[in-house]
Amino acid sequence: MCGIAGLIHKGKTVNIGKELQDMLQALKHRGPDSTGYALYGEGNRDNYIMRFKVGENVKEGSSAVNEDKSVYDSRKKQVDKHIRDLGADILKDEQLTPYSFRYIVKYDKDLMEFSKKVESVKMTEILSLGKSLELVKDIGDANTVSKQYGLDKIKGTHAIGHSRMATETGVDIRSAHPFWGYPFSDVSVVHNGQLTNYWNNRRALENKGMRFMSECDSELIAVYIASKMRSGASLKDGMQDSLKELDGVFTYLVATKDSLGMAKDTMAAKPMVLYESDDLVAMGSEEIAIRTLLPQEIDTHDPYDGEVKVWQI
Amino acid sequence: MANLKQVKDSKAKSMGLHKEVLRGRTQQVFFNPEEAENFFYYGSHNVDFNKRTEVDAKDLTCKELNDKINSLMKDGYGTVVVKNPQGKHSLGVGILNKLNLIFEGSLGYFGVGSIDGPVVRITGRVGWSCAENMMAGKVVIEKNAGSCFGAAIRGGDLICKGSVGARTGIDMKGGTIIVGGDAGAFTGFMMQRGRIIILGNTGINLGDSMYDGTIFVGGKIKSLGSDAIKSKLTSQDVDWLKRKLKVAEIGSNINVSKITKIVAGKKLWNYDQLEPTEKKGAI
Repeated sequence: MCGIAGLIHKGKTVNIGKELQDMLQALKHRGPDSTGYALYGEGNRDNYIMRFKVGENVKEGSSAVNEDKSVYDSRKKQVDKHIRDLGADILKDEQLTPYSFRYIVKYDKDLMEFSKKVESVKMTEILSLGKSLELVKDIGDANTVSKQYGLDKIKGTHAIGHSRMATETGVDIRSAHPFWGYPFSDVSVVHNGQLTNYWNNRRALENKGMRFMSECDSELIAVYIASKMRSGASLKDGMQDSLKELDGVFTYLVATKDSLGMAKDTMAAKPMVLYESDDLVAMGSEEIAIRTLLPQEIDTHDPYDGEVKVWQI
Repeated sequence: MANLKQVKDSKAKSMGLHKEVLRGRTQQVFFNPEEAENFFYYGSHNVDFNKRTEVDAKDLTCKELNDKINSLMKDGYGTVVVKNPQGKHSLGVGILNKLNLIFEGSLGYFGVGSIDGPVVRITGRVGWSCAENMMAGKVVIEKNAGSCFGAAIRGGDLICKGSVGARTGIDMKGGTIIVGGDAGAFTGFMMQRGRIIILGNTGINLGDSMYDGTIFVGGKIKSLGSDAIKSKLTSQDVDWLKRKLKVAEIGSNINVSKITKIVAGKKLWNYDQLEPTEKKGAI
């Protein structure tokens, strides 16, 4: 199981962090291991927001290897050096936990080169890179992660999130959703289901220069969509191709700077409930997630098999 | 007691149902009125339909609400209105009693599952697996329903006035499912008995691997599943459809004679003809 949720406000900025937190907390029973948020905030028009980690959360329940915390500081220094070597400027530097950071970076060259350099530092992973995306994921339920990172105050237009029940990979941040659509700025993916042709697709994408940070099958969708967009496909076209090329049962959500998409496999084996109105679209693995936003009686429906939908802000 | 063998030969058989007499381990055991006094349902209560009450589910968990409904039946209430169900899961399950139950709002997953007898009206929508394993009674949903609608039902009428998701009537063994709108992929997947009426369109693989039963479709069929075939609509089918839709208060504008009838081709294997050891080999 796993729970996914998403919402998009059209032409309006709201307290998106708190809204997604409530939706994901309602889905806690579907996945209590870790929770992730991809929040599209008011952002920074000129510079990149980079969220990254240099280690893992090793609290109770984690499957990550414990490390001496002193290594985090040296890794951060190496990251800083690489960023400067790339000709980028760190305009703002925030430490959120001993192992995770949020930077504002001035940079105008190739993001793939940038990411490769930063991620060459041991255990370092860029969780997100974009001008409005704030991607946060950690071990614990939605309330725990939100409190840890102060997400309930983030304002924005749209968001997707995930509550994870770890099945085939460990309980750690690198296997948690959402996944950043490396190397595209502001692209994120959450997924509920299983992919059965993961390794074939992964090898093909790695041969094209795409990177994988985990062995979680869901990461494949993010990399796959990013690869499609890199070759010129629109978000919707890339998602439609995925229905033919990705095997398995899945419902997934993709968000970009100004849009949010949903795709359901051809067997319709994974749930999704959808609410659409003129100014708000909300969706979740279960209706109770939507009910946290709209407790009054509303009209909802299940998207059908093989359905792809994309909404703009 | 009516001669059931005779009934099957005359009426049901002419409608394309129960073509062969069951034997072996799948033989049906029919109710014998002479043994009625030996039948006892745990938790059944005498209720008065004119005794009515309302329950607000807003601050109740599913277990608290289900316990509340049970205690109200125990107190003789025959009509219970549940307000603010707010999409919660597993509400109204396991009611083995006559009861007029009204949900003012929407249910989450597994709503009114494993019921035997109540008449339920839901003014909103229902999530996955509504009325799963229903034995008898009637359930009417005013809006849409999620996937696995009426999974494995054995009897009763299950009516959705909106559209339903994938795998509607999966593994159903009896009863009738009526859908006013469209139905998703794999509707009637592996159904064994009973009837499904879809007044709108259906998704891919309709009736895939169905053993028996009948599916009626008013709209377009995207594709038929393995071993599902079209069959001729008889005058008895038309009469039955008219009667059923009228009782269900649905599809008054539908030209019943243009409905498509789907049955099992029985080419995969005829399950009832196999002995248990042979079934194992076939699977």
